[in-house]
Amino acid sequence: MSAMRIGCTINGRREEIHDVWEGESLLFVLRERLGLRGAKNACEQGECGSCTVYLDGLPVCACLVAAGQAEGRTVVTVEGLSDEVSLHPVQQAFLEAGAVQCGFCTPGLIVATHDLLSHAVRPSDAEIRERLAGNLCRCTGYEKILVAVRRAADALAGAGVPIDT
Amino acid sequence: MEFLQPRTWPEALAAKAEHPTAVPLVGGTDVMVELNFDRRRPDALLDLGRVSELAEVEREDGFVRVGASVTYARIISELAGELPGLALASRTVGSPQIRHRGTVGGNLGSASPAGDAHPPLLAGDAVVEVASVRGSRRIPIDEFFTGVKRNALEPDELIAAFVTRVARGPQQFCKVGTRNAMVIAVTSLAVGLDPVGRRVGTGIGSAAPTPRRAVEAEAFLEAEIDSHGLWDRPEPLDDAVVARFAGLVAGAASPIDDVRGTAAYRRHALDVMATRALHWAWDDYRRT
Repeated sequence: MSAMRIGCTINGRREEIHDVWEGESLLFVLRERLGLRGAKNACEQGECGSCTVYLDGLPVCACLVAAGQAEGRTVVTVEGLSDEVSLHPVQQAFLEAGAVQCGFCTPGLIVATHDLLSHAVRPSDAEIRERLAGNLCRCTGYEKILVAVRRAADALAGAGVPIDT
Repeated sequence: MEFLQPRTWPEALAAKAEHPTAVPLVGGTDVMVELNFDRRRPDALLDLGRVSELAEVEREDGFVRVGASVTYARIISELAGELPGLALASRTVGSPQIRHRGTVGGNLGSASPAGDAHPPLLAGDAVVEVASVRGSRRIPIDEFFTGVKRNALEPDELIAAFVTRVARGPQQFCKVGTRNAMVIAVTSLAVGLDPVGRRVGTGIGSAAPTPRRAVEAEAFLEAEIDSHGLWDRPEPLDDAVVARFAGLVAGAASPIDDVRGTAAYRRHALDVMATRALHWAWDDYRRT
């Protein structure tokens, strides 16, 4: 067996990817084969969280998932959080709070925040810090990121918007 | 490279027998890093993520059998009451993303001296269940680690589960690193008290070629507690006893100087952690 074919659901669409190398990561598949460049390739060792995506509803580092492990699974990337018309409230909050500097960490932080707010209505700062501990911002813009998370929490709680993945 | 994806445990064992150099893969938090950085090109990857037997938790007669692919996130959410020491250690593993993927089975397979799961498994006298097409065997945890990143597995064997007793007393875990999250231990320590078995358990991480128990420290404290009848009348421990225990824990390590810390720092940190962990555990015990 050499070069695999993989089928999975990505952002609600059934995808078939051909000629996948056995040691290839899900991140490579997303970025280089499907053109989904939201998840960023930064550390490739699970340290930075920039490639965070949902795999079967759980936030994971796409760089540490072998492509073959995604066979038959459901993947949601940052691109899948918004609809055609408007940004998701978490994305909107990052924009409004100025929580984006170079932007490299932003997609991962948005997915991690989306996951956090699907489990906690108004998380404490300690809870936010623990749940986002795996997402590094090399611009060190953490204060604005915390502002954005609180803002998103308020928006979602106020609007009663349920988050589901 | 081949990508082997067995659906059942017998299929997995057959695949490992046929491809003894295949590298088992579950959470990928170690294996994928090596692939991404071109440090390793195995002949085959053996993805065990489809083997449902490995994701099971079973309970029997006061013991818990935790399948090799149970993640740290599940240990925290499902087993914190039964295995508090391991759950504490699991909370210090990486980040939420890593804890959703990483497994204790993988930690055992990698056998890093810094693996966070190892000290609580040592302190709890856990047993590692391994299997091959030839059959299965149980390896006591303190015989499982054979060297830096080496373990007692034969080439055709896979880790099925670990088995450990449901906690019968307080368990503690301490870890020193540069921050609370995303840190490989500079050094770590687990301490467990088992008033029913009259046992004191210890496990040292990241301060020797392998994770190891502090056997003399355990024996010393058990003798002290026994001779003063403290299991039945848990009075505060003498400072001298705590200090002696901590000194024996630090003395059981054989640390080295490396990028994360010096040998002297590690010994000092173990002394401090042993003092604190014993106080915390003993205070817990006195309150119960």
